[in-house]
Amino acid sequence: MLNKPCASSLNAADLYDWDELVQEDRVHRLIYTDPAIFQAELTNIWGAVWVYLGHESQIPGNNDFITTRLGLRPIILIRDADGKIRALFNRCTHRGTTLARKESGNAHMFTCPYHGWSYLSTGKLRAVPWPDGYACDFKDGRFNLAQVPRVDSYRGFVFGTLNPDAPALVEYLGGITTPIDEWLDRNPGGKVEVCEANRLKYKGNWKLAYDNSGDGYHVVFSHRSLLEMENRLADDANKGMSYYRGSPDAKPMYMRYTGNGHHFKDKRPNIAKRAGGLWAVEGAAPGSEHAEASLRRRFGPSADDILDLAGSEPVNINVFPNLSLLGNHIQVFDPVSVDETNVTWYATRIVDADGTLGEALDEINALRMRTQEQFPNFGEVDDLANFEEIQRGLACLEDEWIYMHRGLGIPGRVKIDDKGQVTAPATDEAFMREYIKEWKRLMQASPKLVVKRDP
Amino acid sequence: MQTLDDPSLVSHYVTDAFYCELMEAFSDWQRDDRAILDSHERELFRALIEREARLLDALEFDAWLAMYAPQCIYWVPAVPGGGDPRRQVAISFDDRRRMEDRVYRLRTGYAWSQAPISRTVRMAANVEVFAAATPARRMVRSNFLISEFRPDGVRFLSGWCGHRLVEQGGRWEIEVRQVNLIDCDQNLRNPSIIL
Repeated sequence: MLNKPCASSLNAADLYDWDELVQEDRVHRLIYTDPAIFQAELTNIWGAVWVYLGHESQIPGNNDFITTRLGLRPIILIRDADGKIRALFNRCTHRGTTLARKESGNAHMFTCPYHGWSYLSTGKLRAVPWPDGYACDFKDGRFNLAQVPRVDSYRGFVFGTLNPDAPALVEYLGGITTPIDEWLDRNPGGKVEVCEANRLKYKGNWKLAYDNSGDGYHVVFSHRSLLEMENRLADDANKGMSYYRGSPDAKPMYMRYTGNGHHFKDKRPNIAKRAGGLWAVEGAAPGSEHAEASLRRRFGPSADDILDLAGSEPVNINVFPNLSLLGNHIQVFDPVSVDETNVTWYATRIVDADGTLGEALDEINALRMRTQEQFPNFGEVDDLANFEEIQRGLACLEDEWIYMHRGLGIPGRVKIDDKGQVTAPATDEAFMREYIKEWKRLMQASPKLVVKRDP
Repeated sequence: MQTLDDPSLVSHYVTDAFYCELMEAFSDWQRDDRAILDSHERELFRALIEREARLLDALEFDAWLAMYAPQCIYWVPAVPGGGDPRRQVAISFDDRRRMEDRVYRLRTGYAWSQAPISRTVRMAANVEVFAAATPARRMVRSNFLISEFRPDGVRFLSGWCGHRLVEQGGRWEIEVRQVNLIDCDQNLRNPSIIL
């Protein structure tokens, strides 16, 4: 008897003994190398939970769209003719070709280059050529574009899920909304705009990046060249992530796992809490001295607060599975294959929605562009080189385990509060242990994903 | 002797006026009505472009930096056409000090993305010379193909450059080098060499 075709022919829950693969202190190399696990993730992770799709500032006007991916599914993220944000499958219902071939644009309708079928920006089928050649009348809506059934935005961050049983977005985000709010609200008016990106990729599994996203243990080793570079001319060698030197676990910074795979590294307590405190530890950038002198001349004492906006906010806010807010960046991970991942560092610019910056806006934004180029150029590339070398090292089949036990088993070190949030010192691996437990739970589930065809 | 205004130490020249002038100079400059066809000039600038390529292949960074004017820019746009570096990030937008930062980092021995160091051979061709806004300056267009060998094989970085050069004391120095990768807006693997 033939199996009925269904979206995913694999039931991830049956693939492995997941408790064997993901243990309290270690995980099996297979979770990074097995194509069957990657395939199962396309349903159980990149479909079953809320996945970050884009920022509202990338589609500011009605009918603006960008093309992106949900897992490997090509998506048109569009603000339709009525202003509603939708994630349409970039896939003609007729014979499957993509409709939008550009990375961004504005369109009130999409016409398929193959047979001319056309769709409105709501996803509704508009017309087919020579419809009298079809027995059906196209009125029942089953030839509308498939679209992501649940698309929602949290303060400009647009997420989508194919899972009708997923909680509401705000509930999914849970405690991570607090650091997100703080990250946004440090900018005048609480808004930022995406403005181009440093776009990178590495030949390694996507979870290697998420494992790194709150990692405090690696900084002085992986980023030694960056720390040396940004402190080479400084009178006070306190620039950038210098606070990881010495005894990082004795410093006031901490990590916190907030639930559903999300976690947060707060380095703000390391920095002097005064206007200008963040700017004081920012590494030198093109135009730094000119901009500082100009802003001080024009704005006097309030120049310090303005300059802090070009400084790199010392937090790592990580939203499972694919979004990080760190410094001033929106960082997005997109899986390409089991051993290839895109990492895009979107820069942000201040919108000054409440007008507090006035004439300082353009000058501080220009400086913020230059400070944002620093880490992708001089830091991230070294992380990605290490991730690629992990993927190579994992070809040692018989060397099975990846260890995540730093901080585990030391009495009193890891604290759990009454909301279930887990707090630990900066170099601990607690966040990895917690998020991978959630990953395991998701891989053991049997989500029933759907698409929507009725706009 | 390094003074307080030494661009290797402090960055005073990257001002709004500087950005505006830069974007103006790099817009609509490859025009037939500005083309300089004199073979002596074309040869002079072709030799300069080729020398720069050789110095970078040989990792002779001090000699490479010495080809640049004190107040210089190494600019790798993130969008075809260059975009507006005041409002958008570039892949790289280095002033003199950041160019020296870049060289410094590569020399620390701890830049893992260049461990081992890439082996490169740069081809530069299609060199064309154009008049610039002032007589002591020239705009030079060239195409490039960088073959880069890293442990897992050879890959190619392609694009075109716009150089702005200025004549100072009898020699031509590079004021601005704009490096336009054909895939600048795509996800790049390990962009860690000086292009």
